[in-house]
Amino acid sequence: MNRLSDGGRVDRSAPLRFTFDGVQYTGLRGDTLASALLANDVLHTAPSLYRGRPRGIATAGVEEPNALVQIEGPGAEPMRLATTVELYEGLSATSLRGRGRLDPALDEGVYDKMHVHTEVLIVGGGPAGLAAALAAARSGARVVLVDDQPELGGSLLAGREEIDGRPALDWVADVRAELTAQADTRILTRSTATGYYDHNYLLVAEDRTGRPGPVRQTLWHIRARRVVLATGSHERPMVFAGNDLPGVMSAAAVRAYLNRYAVLPGRRCVLLTTNDHAYAVALDLVSAGAQVAALVDTRPRPPAELVDSARRAGIEVIAGSAVVAARGGARVQAVRIAALDAADTISGPVREVACDLLAVSGGWSPAVQLWSQSQGSLRYDEALAAFVPDEAAQNVDSVGASRGVLDLAGCLDDGFAAGARAAALAGFPVAVPPTPPTSGDGRPARPRPVWVVPGESGEPSDWSEHFVDLQRDATVADVQRAIRAGMRSVEHIKRYTTIGTAHDQGKASGVSATGVIARLLGARSPGEVGTTTFRGPYVPLTFALLAGRERGALFDPVRTTAIHPWHVRHGAVFENVGQWKRPRYYPRPGESMEAAVLRECGAAREGVGVMDATTLGKIDVIGPDAGEFLNRVYTNAFAKLAVNSARYGVMCRADGMVFDDGVTLRLAQDHYVMTTTTGNAAGVLDWLEEWLQTEWPELRVRFTSVTEQWATVAVVGPRSREVLTALAPELDVSNDAFPFMTARQILLANGVSARICRISFSGELAFEINVASWYGLATWESVIRAGEHLGITPYGTETMHVLRAEKGYPIVGQDTDGTVTPHDLGMEWVVSRHKDFIGKRSFARADTARTDRRQLVGLLPVDPAVLLPEGAQLVADAEVAVPTKALGHVTSSYRSAALGRTFALALVAGGRERLGETVYAPLADGGMIAATITDTVLYDPKGTRRDG
Amino acid sequence: MLLIACPWCGEREELEFHYGGQAHVGYPANPEGLTDSEWAEYLFVRDNPKGLFAERWSHAAGCRRWFNLIRHTVTHQILAVQSNRPVAAGQPKPVIP
Amino acid sequence: MSHQLPAHQLPEHPDWLWRTPDPKRSYDVIIVGAGGHGLATAYYLARNHGITNVAVLERGWLAGGNMARNTTIIRSNYLCEESAALYEHALKLWEVLPQELEYDFLFSQRGVLNLAHTLQDVREGTRRVNANRLGGVDAEWLDTDQVRAFCPIVNTSPDLRYPVLGATLQPRAGIAKHDHVAWALARRADEYGVDLIQGCEVTGFLRDGDRVTGVRTNRGPISAGRVALAAAGHSSVLADLAGLRLPVQSHPLQALVSELLEPVHPTVVMSNHVHVYVSQAHKGELVMGAGVDSYNGYGQRGSFHMIEHQMAAALELFPIFARAHVLRTWGGIVDVTPDASPIIGPTPIGNLYLNCGWGTGGFKATPASGWVYAHTIATGEPHPLAAPFGLERFTTGALIDEHGAAAVAH
Repeated sequence: MNRLSDGGRVDRSAPLRFTFDGVQYTGLRGDTLASALLANDVLHTAPSLYRGRPRGIATAGVEEPNALVQIEGPGAEPMRLATTVELYEGLSATSLRGRGRLDPALDEGVYDKMHVHTEVLIVGGGPAGLAAALAAARSGARVVLVDDQPELGGSLLAGREEIDGRPALDWVADVRAELTAQADTRILTRSTATGYYDHNYLLVAEDRTGRPGPVRQTLWHIRARRVVLATGSHERPMVFAGNDLPGVMSAAAVRAYLNRYAVLPGRRCVLLTTNDHAYAVALDLVSAGAQVAALVDTRPRPPAELVDSARRAGIEVIAGSAVVAARGGARVQAVRIAALDAADTISGPVREVACDLLAVSGGWSPAVQLWSQSQGSLRYDEALAAFVPDEAAQNVDSVGASRGVLDLAGCLDDGFAAGARAAALAGFPVAVPPTPPTSGDGRPARPRPVWVVPGESGEPSDWSEHFVDLQRDATVADVQRAIRAGMRSVEHIKRYTTIGTAHDQGKASGVSATGVIARLLGARSPGEVGTTTFRGPYVPLTFALLAGRERGALFDPVRTTAIHPWHVRHGAVFENVGQWKRPRYYPRPGESMEAAVLRECGAAREGVGVMDATTLGKIDVIGPDAGEFLNRVYTNAFAKLAVNSARYGVMCRADGMVFDDGVTLRLAQDHYVMTTTTGNAAGVLDWLEEWLQTEWPELRVRFTSVTEQWATVAVVGPRSREVLTALAPELDVSNDAFPFMTARQILLANGVSARICRISFSGELAFEINVASWYGLATWESVIRAGEHLGITPYGTETMHVLRAEKGYPIVGQDTDGTVTPHDLGMEWVVSRHKDFIGKRSFARADTARTDRRQLVGLLPVDPAVLLPEGAQLVADAEVAVPTKALGHVTSSYRSAALGRTFALALVAGGRERLGETVYAPLADGGMIAATITDTVLYDPKGTRRDG
Repeated sequence: MLLIACPWCGEREELEFHYGGQAHVGYPANPEGLTDSEWAEYLFVRDNPKGLFAERWSHAAGCRRWFNLIRHTVTHQILAVQSNRPVAAGQPKPVIP
Repeated sequence: MSHQLPAHQLPEHPDWLWRTPDPKRSYDVIIVGAGGHGLATAYYLARNHGITNVAVLERGWLAGGNMARNTTIIRSNYLCEESAALYEHALKLWEVLPQELEYDFLFSQRGVLNLAHTLQDVREGTRRVNANRLGGVDAEWLDTDQVRAFCPIVNTSPDLRYPVLGATLQPRAGIAKHDHVAWALARRADEYGVDLIQGCEVTGFLRDGDRVTGVRTNRGPISAGRVALAAAGHSSVLADLAGLRLPVQSHPLQALVSELLEPVHPTVVMSNHVHVYVSQAHKGELVMGAGVDSYNGYGQRGSFHMIEHQMAAALELFPIFARAHVLRTWGGIVDVTPDASPIIGPTPIGNLYLNCGWGTGGFKATPASGWVYAHTIATGEPHPLAAPFGLERFTTGALIDEHGAAAVAH
C-alpha cells in the first residue's frame, strides 16, 4: 500500500470498495479512482492505442492523457478519466485503450438544465477565484462561483501553504462560510465551466452522481454581466526519450497525490524541472518519507535559496541539465541525466540514476481555454514561457494562475481586485479587501523551457520515443516527418501528426507540442508559431446532458384538438401533421386502411360524414384596413367581400411561388377570419406580421392567432343538411337562405353558440361548425348523435385527401412544393389582374412565364385497378434509357370509391397541353404504369353537388 | 446564444427571436416598372458584410414586434437597437459607424 | 509505415506534399481560396486542360476553412435533376480519385439513409428515389423494418414522437477523410506546377475597364489572365471588392465529434425532420452536424442551443448515444443562396469567375465542382453540368430549388 498514515483530504473512516479491471480494491472517501488505484500500487492504465506501449497514470486532473476508463454496471459510461472520477462504494471500472464502448441498455438517468442570470460569475475556486468571489459577494451583487472539484481550494488542496498564519484550507473554510451566508451568492462544486459563448453566456456542467435525487448531471446556462476566470494552469510535460513510461508523472500530480490524497506514488524519485515548482514537491516527497535521488533543473543557475533548501533536505540538485532518457520496461527504472548547453544540446557525460518515479515540471500553461473561447486574444510571454490572455473580447477578467500569476500572494491580490472590479462594473461598487499575509514561495524565478530534450544519438527524425502527444502516440520523429513533407503551418503539422486531437485535446501537452514545432521549424519562440484554436467544451459532455429533458414526449410538444379523446376512443389511426395529431382514418375491427377509406369516402359522397377540421390555422384579421391588407397578401381580392361571406384565397411569396391557401370569412366590415393550412399556421401569421410591421405600418389592422380558440367540425355529404337541421332547428339551411360560401351565427339546440359556414373541401354539400374549443367535444358528440340514424361516419385526413383530389383541389405542400405558381395549379382565376399583391411581379419573369412549366393535371392509370405510387416520376416514352429527364411526378394518388377506379394528380411539364396523352411511370421494381393525362376535376365537374 | 435587447421588452435570449436579414430593404414602389434584373435584386440580393450589419429581428416569442439593430457579424457585438419604422415613414437609417 | 496499423488507425500521409513558393508576378489563372474546391479546380485545370501556370491564393492555411470543418458526407441523391447530375458526377469522381491521386483518403461507401418521419416525408422520399433512378443515381426506398436491418441502432419504435416511417438509401454514398482529400488534390496540383500560396490575402482586384487583370494581395499585386473565386463563406467579401453583389448570405454552421468509440454505427443517417446527420468516422468518433444558425455570421461559431437541440434529436433516433460525450464542437461559415444551390460560372466582370453558394453541400461536390469550374475557366463557357447554375437564374426565375422542393406545409 502506498497510503500515507496521516494527512490529506481523504476520510480514513470511510473505506470504499471498488473494482478495477476485475480486481477488487479498497479506497477512501475523498479519493479519485486514480488516487485509490495508486494507493493500491496500481499505476498502469491500458497500453497506448496505436503502439501498444505501457502507460500509467500521469496527472491528477482533467489533463490526463492515459487513464481512460469505462465505468461499468448500470449507467455504464465510456471514456471517463480515472483522475476525475470520484470514488464511490461499488464503483466498477475497466481500463480503456483509447476507445470507449457504448452501452446498449437504456440510460435511465435524468439530466436537468438550469438557467441563471448573475452579475458576477467566477470560474474556479482556487485562491484567486475565492478572493474574487469574496470581494464581489460583499458588494451585494448576485455572485455565482463554480469549481470542478468536490471541495473548494483549488491548488491549495494539494499544497501546504499558510494564509493569515493558519493552514490555507482554514482560510478556504472561512471564505466558504462567508459566501454561503450571502443571500445572493451561489456556490456550485463538482461543476465544470465547459463553454464560453457570445454575450457572456457560459455553460457549466454539474455532476450530481451520488447526490440525492434522480438527477445525474445538470447543465447550467449562466448569463453574467461580468466574468472572472480563475481557471488556474496545467503543468506541462517535457519531451524526452521514454517520456511516456509509467512512473513519469507531472510534478503537480505527485504533489496532489501526496498532500491531497495521502498517497505516495513512488519510493525513489527524480524530479525534472524548468522552473521553481519542483523544489516544493521534492521537499514534500522527502517529508512523506520518499527518497529523492536527484532534482534536475534545466536552468544553469536556479535560485540559490531553493537549491539550498533542497540540499539541506539531502537532495542532490543537478543544474543546467535534463533527463535525456527514461529507462525501464513496464515502469521507469532509471533516468539518464546530462548537461545541456545554451542551444539545448547535450554538453557533458550522461549519468544514470535509478528511480521508480520521475516527477516532471515542464512549466505552467495557464488554462486559457475559456478565455480563448470567449474570443479573447492570447500572447506569448517569453518571461513566463507561456501563452497568456491579452485583449479581452467580452466583459471578462482573467486572474491568478490563469493569467500567469504563480505565487499565492499574487493570486490573492489579483482575485480581490478583480472581484471588486467585476462587482463595481456590474453596478455594485465595493472596496477591495486587504490581502492577508501568506507563506510559501515568492514570485517565481524565470523558467528555462527546453521544448525538445535531445536524444543521446541521432536526429529529430529518429526520435520516435520522444512523445509529444501520448494518446496519439505522436513523437518528435512524426513532427519532423511532417515538416519534411513540406508542412509549415502549425495547423497542418497537427493534422499531419494528429497531435492535440485526442480525448485530452492537448490540455497539458498542447503548448509543449507548439514548442516542439517551433523548435523544429527553427522559429525563435512558440509565440511565432501560435496555438491552435481552443474549442468547447473544455471537458467532454454527455450527449444526454445536452439533450436534457427534451426527450420522448417532451422532444416536441404534441398538439391535440378538443375532440381528440373521442378519436382515441373510436380507434382512430393518427398522423403527425406539424405538431398536431390528426386522425388519418377510423378502421373498424380488422379493416384495412384501404377499406376504411373507401367506406369513409362512400359515406361522405352518398350519406354524411364528419371530420375534425380544428387544426387548420385560424387568424383574426381585424381593423379598418383589414380588407386592403388582405388584398395585398392574397393573389385575389378580399376588400369587397360581403359580410358573412367567404372566399378561397392563395398567398404567394415575393418570388411568385404558392406559399399557403385557405378560406377567409368576413364577419364584419373590419373583421375577417383567415384559415391557413395546418402545418403553416405559425408561418403565415409571422408572414402577415412581417409585412404589416415592416412594409405597411400605416395600415390599421391587427392579427390574432385563434386556432386554439375554436373547434371546427365539418359535416359533409348530401345528407348533411338533415344533420344541421337537427342540430340547429332555428337555422334555415335551405340553399336560398344559406347559400354556398356564406356563414351564419346561430345558437345550436344544445345552447352552444356556433358560427356555421357553407364551405366544402370535398365538392359535396357541407357545413363547417365552429364553436368555442370548450364545447368542441360536446358539439362533435351532438353531431354524431344527430346523424346517427343517417349512418354518419367520421373520417380522417386520408379520406379528406381523396375527396378533395377527386375534385382537383390541390394541397399546398403535397401537390405543390416551393416551385409552383397559382398558374401552374390552373388557378388563373384566383390571380387578380387589377391590383398588386405579393409575388405578382415575379410571374412576368422569363422562366416563370414559360408555358411549358410543370402544371397540375389529373392522371387515370390505363389499368383502373393499378395505383400509381405518390412520388412516381413520369416520362413520355415507355422505353426508358437512363438517364432520362422526367416530365414530372405524381403528387397525390388514390383509389376512388366514387369513380370506381384509381386516379392521381401530377405535376407535368406543359401538362395542360397534353390532355389525353399517355405518360409512363417507371417503378423501382422494374414495372411500368401507363396513365392518361386528364383534367384535374374528375368528379362532378359541373359542381352540382355542393348545394345538395 | 446572443442576448438581444428588444426595444419593448428588454434583454432576452436569442431563442425568443426570429431573424429577418438585412434591414431597410423596402418593397419597390412600382414593381411593374422594374426590369427583371432589378426585381431579382429586390428578391434575392442582400448585403452580406463581414463587419457591421443593419438587420431585422422579430421578438417572435415575446411581443412579436419587428425591430432593427446593428450587429458585428464577426464579434456579434450589438451596437444599436432601434424600433422598426420603415424608411418610407421618413425615419433616417441608423448610421453604421 | 513503421508498425502494424490497427484497423482504426488512419493511413499515414505521404513523405512529400507540397512546396511553399513565393508568388510570381503573373499567372494564367489565379484561384482565390485553397479549400477543396479551389484545389480541385487547380488540379483539373492542369489535368484536363493542361493549364499549369496557376496560383491558388489562400488567406490562411490550405484547406483550413469549411474543408476542415465539414461532416464529410458524400452523396448525390438530390431531388432536382440538375443537382443530382452535378453531385453524381462528383460521386463518380470520388470513386476513382483515391487511385488517380494515389492517396488513401478513406472513401467509404457505407450508404446514406435519409429518414422519413411523416407521410409528407415518405412522399418526398419516394419522389427522390424515383427521380434519382431515372437520373442514373442509385437509390432505394427502405421500409421501417429494412431501416432497422440496415442500421440496427436507429430507434424504429412506433412510439417515437416522429416514428421512422421509412428511408431512402443511396448505397454508393458514404464518407471520406476531409483533410486527406484536400491534401491529395494539393499534392497533385503542386506536382503539376501549380503554386499553392498560403498566407496571401486578396485585398482588391486589378482592373482594366470592365475586366479584371489580376489581384492585389498583402504580398503585392499579381496579374492574371483569369481570376476564379472559390472562397465559400467569404465570397461576398471578395465579390464586394470587385463591386459585385451576390445573392449569397453567410451563416454559421456547427458540427461536433464524440470521443473514439468502438464501432456501433455502420452507415450515415440523415433526418431533415428532426435535424440530425451522423456517421461514425474510421477512427471511431461520432461525427454530427447541427442546423444552420439563422443569423449572418463570419465568426466561425454559432449559438449553443443549436447543438443542444441537435443532441435531443440525436437521442430520439439513437438512444444508445446517451452516454457518448461531445469532445469538440466547431463552426464553419456557409454561403447560402436563395435556392440552396451553388453558383458556378462567369460574372458580369470580364475574366472574373465565380464558384460559391454551396451552403452545406460543398464537401461532397468537391471533385465535380473543380471539374466543371476548371472547364468554365479554361473555355470561358460554362460546363454543361454547370450551365443551369449561373447567376442569371435569379433573374429569369429558373431556380434549382432544393429548399423549396422539400417544402413542408399541409
